[in-house]
Amino acid sequence: MRCAAGDWVEVRYVLLEPEDRAANLPADTAAQPLLVWVKGFASNPAAGGEELQVETMTGRIVTGVLTDVNPGYEHTFGRPAPELVHVGADLRARLAAYRAAAKAGE
Amino acid sequence: MAGRTEAILARKGEIMKRALGMDYAEFERSPIAFDYDAMMAAHGYSLDDIIAIQRAGGVGDTPLLELRNLTDLVRSYAEPGCGARIFVKDECANMAGSFKDRRASVSIHVAKAKGYEGVIAATSGNYGAAVSSQAARASLKCIICQEAFDSRHVGQPEIIEKSRICEAFGAEVIQMTVGPELFSHMLELLDTTGYFAASLYSSFGVSGIETLGAEVARDMVAITGRAPDYVVVTHAGGGNTTGTARGLRRAGATGTKVVSASVDLSGLHMASDTDFNRKSFTTGHTGFGVPFATWPDRADVPRNAARSLRYMDRYLTVTQGEVFYVTEAMAKLEGLERGPSGNTAMAAALSLARDLPREATVVVQETEYTGAGKHHWAQLNFARANGIDVRLGDPAGNVPGTNIVVPERPEQIRAKEFDLAKLRRSYVRNALEHAGEGYAPTSEDIEFLAADTNSTPEAIEEIVVGLREA
Repeated sequence: MRCAAGDWVEVRYVLLEPEDRAANLPADTAAQPLLVWVKGFASNPAAGGEELQVETMTGRIVTGVLTDVNPGYEHTFGRPAPELVHVGADLRARLAAYRAAAKAGE
Repeated sequence: MAGRTEAILARKGEIMKRALGMDYAEFERSPIAFDYDAMMAAHGYSLDDIIAIQRAGGVGDTPLLELRNLTDLVRSYAEPGCGARIFVKDECANMAGSFKDRRASVSIHVAKAKGYEGVIAATSGNYGAAVSSQAARASLKCIICQEAFDSRHVGQPEIIEKSRICEAFGAEVIQMTVGPELFSHMLELLDTTGYFAASLYSSFGVSGIETLGAEVARDMVAITGRAPDYVVVTHAGGGNTTGTARGLRRAGATGTKVVSASVDLSGLHMASDTDFNRKSFTTGHTGFGVPFATWPDRADVPRNAARSLRYMDRYLTVTQGEVFYVTEAMAKLEGLERGPSGNTAMAAALSLARDLPREATVVVQETEYTGAGKHHWAQLNFARANGIDVRLGDPAGNVPGTNIVVPERPEQIRAKEFDLAKLRRSYVRNALEHAGEGYAPTSEDIEFLAADTNSTPEAIEEIVVGLREA
């Protein structure tokens, strides 16, 4: 992975090392550094893992290591949950039966 | 040096005074009491002013829909004569897809009017989209701080979608790993940029929700001839409950019962790196709902405008599986495909309506947008991939963080009543603790605590005595 100056990239930096973190955190969280990912325009060419400066959308200059170039999104709807696929047919049938019974009773 | 976080938090009052253009000190009355009404009125906007601000921002006046199919479904298994009419306020129709646009619009208007260059908010929820969208319209810069990932850099699809939409609206999104230092970092950014704090909990934000309550009252009078009997509100930080209830009252709907509803996430620690991705709801859950009800001033402003115990008549909890089931049912029966978190109140409403007479009316006062990631299928697939046992069964067997039990039948949807007396007691204990050891509450303090918990001075005195003896 490499970026050129001016590319839209993502960088990561350590905001707080474990010893700098807030008091009273659960042990699992306290053991981890607090990490930040932010996107911006690269100020210079860099390879993945190398430190560089970026200019963010608000114009802030942030330094971090390069983690992605032209970062996008991969989240999806995914496949239907098997536990839910019958819900529509079940409920429509129940509704129809209820309304038919109500009509018959009128 | 654990000092960096503490040092910035120690300057919270000073930073927020500059970042909100408002001095909270003038409302303080004692170590316990403050003048809530004066704080809420300090911005000087009338309800009509706020409506005008929101119209200019493309916000509000969303459709209120009667859900006849869901109503009849409930009647099909309710006791004879029971099964209230169910309505929903389709807040998804707002600019950025949720009621949070109302909250953002007033803050952005104030930021623009006061000449700030940009705005900052800390939120992993729909509020980020709302602030980003309104900021774009007002040509303001925008930074959103999100708790997005666990330490493995794994994020829930719902939160990733919220990062995406904020960036789509031109915001700088600061994606962070788990931890409450999100708020101290927000303070650092406010301090270095000089931007406006678009806090969820300022009086600007909460006043913006009052139009929602007022519209619900107005629309229900137009449709049914009277104000609703019940309004069910998805509850997290308390703003939704507070603003909606205040709006209902402003519109004269003083007899309407306000029911808050949250997803039960008991047992999961909200600041835990490992618990972070063992929950399938990022908001509208008890992990925010209970701590914010019992100590609202944990917020990022000196005094929280969202004070839910003042306004809630009942508090119901539902399970994750029940909400996912209801989300699917809404799509299939009503043609309303909406985001799951906003349907928390809908799950509670189906349970509530079942026990009410047919003539009664129940309004669910919000929906939220749906999309890739921010969808019940995506959230269930993610839960399963993270070791959660997703299965069909009776939701009574729900164990947050271990399983998600999807109901087999709608009759199994049963909201649980959360004891308000317990919440009030916790609130009073927290207030006394924050006042400092040895502080004896005055009669003015007791009056304040009674108002702040929708209780009586006698009941508060009793709690105070009980806490002393404990």
